Amino acid sequence: MGPVTASLEVSGLAFAYPDGHQALFGVDFSLARGERVALLGPNGAGKTTLVLHLNGILGGGTGSVTVAGLPVGKQHMAAIRQKVGIVFQDPDDQLFMPTVREDVAFGPAAAGIRGAALEERVRGALERVGMQDFADRPPHHLSFGQRRRVAVATVLAMEPEILVLDEPSSNLDPASRRELADILRSLDVTVLMVTHDLPYALELCPRSLILSEGVIAADGPTGELLSDDTLMRAHRLELPFGFDPASVTMGA
Amino acid sequence: MGAGHAHRLYRHGHSPVHALPPHTKLAAALLFVVVVVSTPREAMWAFALYAVLLAGVAHHARVPAGFLLKRLLIEVPFVAFAVLMPFVAEGEQVRVLGLSLSVNGLWGAWNVLAKGTLGVAASVLLAATTELRELLLGLQRLKLPPLLVQIASFMIRYGDVITDEMRRMRIARESRGFEARGVRHWGVLAKSAGALFIRSYERGERVHLAMMSRGYAGAMPVIDEVTASGAQWRRALTLPCAALVVCLLGWVL
Repeated sequence: MGPVTASLEVSGLAFAYPDGHQALFGVDFSLARGERVALLGPNGAGKTTLVLHLNGILGGGTGSVTVAGLPVGKQHMAAIRQKVGIVFQDPDDQLFMPTVREDVAFGPAAAGIRGAALEERVRGALERVGMQDFADRPPHHLSFGQRRRVAVATVLAMEPEILVLDEPSSNLDPASRRELADILRSLDVTVLMVTHDLPYALELCPRSLILSEGVIAADGPTGELLSDDTLMRAHRLELPFGFDPASVTMGA
Repeated sequence: MGAGHAHRLYRHGHSPVHALPPHTKLAAALLFVVVVVSTPREAMWAFALYAVLLAGVAHHARVPAGFLLKRLLIEVPFVAFAVLMPFVAEGEQVRVLGLSLSVNGLWGAWNVLAKGTLGVAASVLLAATTELRELLLGLQRLKLPPLLVQIASFMIRYGDVITDEMRRMRIARESRGFEARGVRHWGVLAKSAGALFIRSYERGERVHLAMMSRGYAGAMPVIDEVTASGAQWRRALTLPCAALVVCLLGWVL
């Protein structure tokens, strides 16, 4: 390990499903600690497959994934699942406990945290997403945007090294979208954001990866990638009508 | 536990019965039912006393009689079965209003009716004073197999989600001009049910992935520990103990 350990290191990752469908053909990239990176790619590019490799839900192919210097594998599974927090696309899948508080407590409690320390984790995580007043509500009584924020809190409560978000902006109205962006910007964790929402990627992530047909086809500053017409067209990525990445001035 | 699940069976309140820990109430209700069931059916006065005991609990819990009686209606299908018994049972017959009824059957019907009603009334009271969520904690505390508690907990969490999905499918069907009018349309409804099953199954898989991603390894972590003091146990067990005295008298007298 060097002086600065990367948060996430993926090298030579290839994977085929048992039915023979090969989804990943040698994926290489690495994320430095504290970076916010977007993973872009058309439908069927292997994004979800890649995400499920990051915490060892899928495995058994070739190549390796290393999280903060720890190789993803059977021997450190509990530690890996604590370090890699995945926020799934549908919050109804993510929030499976009867109340918000219990759901946020689930991860830390599974890791053996109890009592006051557990309450503290839950309170802290809900505060970071501005949902502390909803602790005792059942998740299905919340709006979609609120559920998405609670889903982020359930993962933050585990104090992860890296936060992986699958389509964080899907189904959100513009206000919830902006609120989530503010929350994500305020966090001091490494973020990997899987998305089709190119303006959102540009807004939040200085760097982007394009995953196409099971390999990383491009890796660079988000603005540059989005402005490269040929590259974008080659990977079925399209900007929304009237959106010009060059005209957007980025705040800090 | 805050507002929590406002389930139809639950009646929000702050009575002494509401305040008891869930597992003490569960144990009390179960013991009460066991005692009622073991009472000889000939001791009719004992069942009247049980009803008085339950009425006392309902009064204590500030559950109005109308609320309780309305929810007792769930019993009706079972009562229908009990009503048949005097007609079909064998043995000694008596004539009532020109009908020949079996004495054994009459006793049997009374037995089912009285014990069933008391059992349902006790359960309705339990449900009216205990939130669903608390009931689960109580079951967990009483060492019900964790898998059963988990299944029940997912039923509560996803019941509404699946009902909602079902509603959306119905709207989609009707938006395309479908109306279930008779037997010929049952095929469509059956296919919808199948599709709903598959959707729910796939959701189950996604939920499982999400659980594993947060460190689930087969056991639900304990988040809320419910505890009861000796005084609370004593208060909860007043009901089954009083019932036990009645039951013993029923056997002796």
